[in-house]
This record gives sequence, C-alpha cells and structure tokens, in this order.
Amino acid sequence: MDFNDSQQEAAFRKEARDFLEANAEKRSIISDKPNDKSPQIAVAGAPETVKGGKEAAQEALERAKVWQKKKAEAGFAAILWPKDFGGYGGSPIQQVIYSQEEHDYLVPSGYFEIGIGMLGPTMMVWGKDEDKKRYLPKMITGEEIWCQLFSEPSAGSDLAGIKMKAEKDGDEWVLNGQKVWTSGAHFADYGMIVARSDPTALKHKGLTYFYLDMKTPGIEVRPIKQISGTSNFNEVFFNDVRIPDSQRLGGEGEGWKVALTTLMNERLAVGDPPGLDFDQIFEATKELEVEDGLAIKNSEVRQKMADWYVQSRGLQYTKFRSITALSKGQTPGPELSISKLVTASKMQDVSAYALELMDSAGMVHHDQNPVLKNLFQNGYFFSAAMRIAGGTDEVLRNIIAERVLGLPQDDRADKKVPFNELPSGKN
Amino acid sequence: MNFDFSDDQKLLRDQARKFLFDKCDRKSVRTILDDDQLHYHKELWSQISEMGWTGTAIPEEYGGLGLGMLELCVIAEELGRSLAPTPFSSSIYLFAEFIKNYGTKDQKKKFLPSIASGEKIGTFALSETNGTPKPSNVKTEYSSEKINGYKSPVSDGETADYLIIAANSDNKGNRNSLSLYIIDLHQDGVSKTSLETIDPTRPACSMKFENVKAELLGEQGMAWDMIENIFNRAAVLYSFEQVGGAQVSLDEAKKYSMERFAFGRQIGSFQALKHKMADMYVKIELARSNAYYGAWALSTDSNELPVAAAGARVSASDAFNYAAKENIQIHGGVGFTWDYDCHLFYRRSKLLSLNIGSTRQWKENLISNLEKRNIV
Repeated sequence: MDFNDSQQEAAFRKEARDFLEANAEKRSIISDKPNDKSPQIAVAGAPETVKGGKEAAQEALERAKVWQKKKAEAGFAAILWPKDFGGYGGSPIQQVIYSQEEHDYLVPSGYFEIGIGMLGPTMMVWGKDEDKKRYLPKMITGEEIWCQLFSEPSAGSDLAGIKMKAEKDGDEWVLNGQKVWTSGAHFADYGMIVARSDPTALKHKGLTYFYLDMKTPGIEVRPIKQISGTSNFNEVFFNDVRIPDSQRLGGEGEGWKVALTTLMNERLAVGDPPGLDFDQIFEATKELEVEDGLAIKNSEVRQKMADWYVQSRGLQYTKFRSITALSKGQTPGPELSISKLVTASKMQDVSAYALELMDSAGMVHHDQNPVLKNLFQNGYFFSAAMRIAGGTDEVLRNIIAERVLGLPQDDRADKKVPFNELPSGKN
Repeated sequence: MNFDFSDDQKLLRDQARKFLFDKCDRKSVRTILDDDQLHYHKELWSQISEMGWTGTAIPEEYGGLGLGMLELCVIAEELGRSLAPTPFSSSIYLFAEFIKNYGTKDQKKKFLPSIASGEKIGTFALSETNGTPKPSNVKTEYSSEKINGYKSPVSDGETADYLIIAANSDNKGNRNSLSLYIIDLHQDGVSKTSLETIDPTRPACSMKFENVKAELLGEQGMAWDMIENIFNRAAVLYSFEQVGGAQVSLDEAKKYSMERFAFGRQIGSFQALKHKMADMYVKIELARSNAYYGAWALSTDSNELPVAAAGARVSASDAFNYAAKENIQIHGGVGFTWDYDCHLFYRRSKLLSLNIGSTRQWKENLISNLEKRNIV
C-alpha cells in the first residue's frame, strides 16, 4: 500500500498544479472574503451563487467563460474526451488527479460540467458526425453552454414519467409542455431534451430525445427562487416549439436509452464538491465559545466531530480505493454511489450543529455577518437541496440496494400499462 | 497510488476464508457458546496455529513467519467474518505486539516462539473497575519484585499462560507511576474467577494476584505510552475483525430478506428494508476504507497511526454495531431466538467495540490526536 503517484501520474499532476498556480487563486478552509458565498458547494450545473442582480451574474458568467477558455487551451477542460473533439484524450486517473488539484483553488464552477460531463458524451454516442464537429469543440471552450431538460413537475425521481409532448409534423417536431429544475437554462445556449412522442406506448417506450437551440421561438425560461434566496434552477416552458427532425438523437421511441447514456455520465460529472465538511467545523470549533469555553474543548462537541471525521475521511479513502482500481484499469467500486448520499446529509448535520454552537448568533444571515462568513447558514440551506438534486437520498439508497446489493426491485404499478392509462393523481 | 492489498495478500485472504468456512462453521462457534466450561475452540486454535497464522507478523528468528502487519489485517478480517472462538486477538494483537515492540532480546526469545506456535497463549490486563481505565484507577502494585492486586475483566484470562499487566511502580498514582510487567500465570498467588460475558465465545475472567513474581517489560513508568501505542496497533486489527463481522451480518440479512415472503412478495423488495441494508452497506464501505487507511499507517510505521487507528476503530464499531442490530430487525421474530445466528453477531459486535476502550473513548482519542497533529 502506498499513496505515491506513478512517474507518469506525477508528471501529469505537476502539469496540472503548474497551470493552476499560474492561473488561479488558492482556496482557504474558511474563505475570508466578505460576501463570498463561494465556499458553498457547486453541484453540477448549479453555479456558485452570485449576489448583486443580473449584472453581477453576467459578469460572473463572463469570468467563468474566460477561465474555461484558459483551461481548455491548457487541455484540462475535457480530459476524458478524445482529441478529435478537442479533448485531452486522457485517462480517468488523470481526470481524478486534475480534480484533486483544482479542488484547492477558487475557480468558477457549475457552468460547464453538465455539457462536458453528460451531454457531450451523449452526443458522442448518438450524434451525427457533423453535429459532433459543430458542437463539441465549443462545449469544451465554454463558448457555448448546454443545459439538460429532463425533470418535469410530475416526473422527478420517476424520470421516465415525463409528459412533455413531442408531435411529429412533416420534417419537424412540435414540443409542448414544461420542464423544471433545469440548471443554467437562463444562460445556456443549447439544451438536450427528452419528450413523450407516443403516449399510448409503455412508459419507457414512448420517449424521444432531441437537442435544441435555447433561442428557438416558444421557449420561456423562468428562474426558481430557492430556499437559499438565490436561483440556480429554472422552469422552462415550451409553447409550440418547432425543431427539425435532424436534431433527434437516437430513434423515435428510443429516448429512454439515450437518456440513460446521459444519466450514466451524471455520476461522473457530479464532482467532488468543495465546501462544508469536517475541516470547516473543526476550524469553527476553535473560534466558537460555548458555556464551558471553546467549543473544541467540549466533550459532546468532540464526540460529534469524531463521527463527521470518519465519514469524511472514509469517503476520501473510498475514493483512493476507486483510484487504485482505475489506475489498474479496473472498474471503480462503490465510491460513486455512496459519495453524495453521505456528503449531503453530513453537510446538513454539520451546518445545523455549527449554528447551534453559535447560539443566537446562528440566527444571523446578514451580508456582513462577521461570524464565519455565513458559511454554515449557507450550508444549512444548500444541503437541503443537495439531498434531493441529482438523485434523492431515497433514490440513491434504492440504487445501492438494487444495483450494488442485488435486492429485488420494488413492485411497480407502471410496468405493463400504456403510459396514458397510468394513474397520475391531480396532474 | 496503490491503496489495496497485494495479490499475494488477497490469495492469503481467499485461503483463510475457505479454511474457516470449512473448519469454523456456526456449529463450532456454538460449541463454545453453549458450554460454560469451554473457553475457546482448541482444535481450531491448533489448526490455525499449525498454518502459522499466530506467527504471521512475528519475525522468523522468533519462530514466526515474518510477514507484515498487512497480512495480519487480512487474517483478522477473516477471523471476524467467521466469529472464530479463539484467543487470537489477546495473544497476537496484544501480548505478542507488546513483547515484539518493547521486549528485550531475551524476552522475545523467551516468549515469542511459543506464542507464534500457538503452544502458549498470552493476554493483557489493565482495567480494575467500572468505567474508563486511567492511571489514577489502577491500584495493582509492584514492589519488592512482586505483584499484588486485582484485574477485571481480563479477556481470555482463563486460557492464558502469560499475562502483561499494568501496575503501579510507585505510589503517586499518575501517568508515570505505571509500568508493565510480564507474569507467568502458572504460579501460586494467581487466582482466576470466570466471568460470563455478553459474548461467551469471547470469554473473560477476573484475576487476583498475591505476591506474584513478575518481570518488567519496557521502561519503568512508561506503561501508558506503551499501552496507547499497542492499543492503536490492535485497534486497526480489531477494525478488520469488525468489518468482517459487519459484512457477514449484511450478507445474512440480505439472504434472509430474499428468501422470506410477506404480503405476497420478498421482504427484501420493501424499501424500508432495502434502505436499511443500503445504510449498512454505506457504513461498512466507510469502515473498510478507514480500516485500509489504518492498515497503511500500521504497516508503514507512519506517525499518522494514532489518528488512523482511532478513525478505523470508530468507523468499524459504528458499522458492526449497526449491521448486527439491523440484521436482527430484518429477521423479525426469529432474529432474537437462540437458534438463529443473528445474536452471535449482535454479541460479538458490542464486545468488540468495548474490549480495548469504548467507542466514546476512541472518539475522544481521535479528536485529541487531531489536535496534537495540528500543533505539530
């Protein structure tokens, strides 16, 4: 057992580190920038929160694009993509190494992950050559941003239950309906969408998959104000949106298969979220006073901290096991399925407990909050979303139970019934 | 990065698993559970000794195989899986490690070969009263080359031939008053009283010492430092036993949930049960990874050991305690019968999380070692 890089890995790590050192600023455990909400956590496609209205958001987007261009020129923007499409043609282990290094730096995140991580790979599998040539290189450089139009008001965990209508009209399709939880739809140039082309077929059989220009007439994007007061997600309404059949990916009725390509990449795209963990609360307990002195000296606090430490490091070492498997050319083990499940709840517990330790000062969530820069107040809100986004805790437990442990699937009411005959409640 | 066991170590694991599957089935475990007079499985003990497991990490010059601590971790996991009713941990993780790390050349020559061969069994005694052992509640004394006092509980005390004991070498009652001594238990003045334990396959006794001959181990007044170090080493090994036991608890819960039908379906298809088993799996994977990190620190003599060992211990105790109790829950009524095996794991899980300091004690160790590391 050792933690050493191979010679090749060490060379790649140095390359990555040199690039980051020259182009980005190091992250501190608890950011000392006033108003900096960025130590909170970016899930794929949910960019760091920007305060200050539209202009500030636009500036942040421009900064992100500048950063992405630099990253792309250095080759690190799409390490796993083949060189033909502007990628690095690298290995999973190189992707891991770069992510490890980038984790220590304050860089824009949440704008490009969905495209590069999920939608690009979908196009590589299902797209025509001319599409790949046209769209993929600009996805990497950040010139064009993509969003994923999957979830709907009545189809979240049960994604295949979507109702967005796709009706064929000559060489065109007409889309009508609503998508929701679409990260980045408000700044995305393109999107990929799955819609129901045959409501009389079984649930998974009547779907078709397309890509589209977000400026197509009939698309309306409305941001959703979240629990945190900020907006990373949107509702997207489709009103007689016409797109050519040439923008179909996969066959008619094959949409679920194509969507699975996207979703299989999701687990890889949702990276290693920086932010609120044992290290942050460990630092905080050295500052916060409770009734008998510094929080870190209180035995109840210490007991709880130990639990979070072993969860946090347990995940890190699980990742080391996966990296080992990757570098031996094997498929990684359980890491991907347990990481978000553990991280999100841990963040929620850590945040809530840190607020307890602040006592009444924990109530304050003001811009100029001098106490630990709102870190835990932000985490308290963000973690509630993180337990749901990208697969709820419950869906993740089902995945572990069924795919990892091999337990039987739930009894399902929707297996043999045409979609339009399924009970659907008030919707 | 290579954060995994080697192919040879995995081969050793496979062999150990197969061997224990054949020789240490539940029936053998129950022979010790059901009979108050039996303290360990003698036949199994002599078989695993013959194969050299007891000498795994003991140097060849003292009769061992001279392999490393990683090999011992591999064997520990298998012993945990099979619930092996032997004094392996007392004799090997504790007694042998104390002698190996702190014994003089002569002491190593005197004790290690018979421990490595399994011919003799050693153990360790610290606690005397309820609650967390600390220097101030050790009353056993060493003076004029004799030990007087009382220890309880002493794991595997009934079967042990040798004992390492913590005793006061002066009467100040502080950390540097304590020294370690080696006792040959086959002498006058040693009296043992059997104690029933929550897991009778891991027995204990109390011991009284009246003018018992003893020899010093390591430096006088340094007992506490030595105990901390050996407990750290043992914590990693125990964490592998715990991970092994936890994994089998999950496997058996899963098996039962797929065989048992209720409401016209396999109970393993109910989310309430699936989610429980998913949670077991998560805790076990975290514990396994923490144990690996402990194994790395142990095998490389890293100064990360105190943190790594405590992390492994806390995580493994959590995983095994959870898996064992929820295994009973998933079995329903039969889960708390004597006939079903669930209680064997439930017993073992709690015993293993108490034997070298409770989980809360190890959580405290973890945080205090993290504080120390930060200062350094």
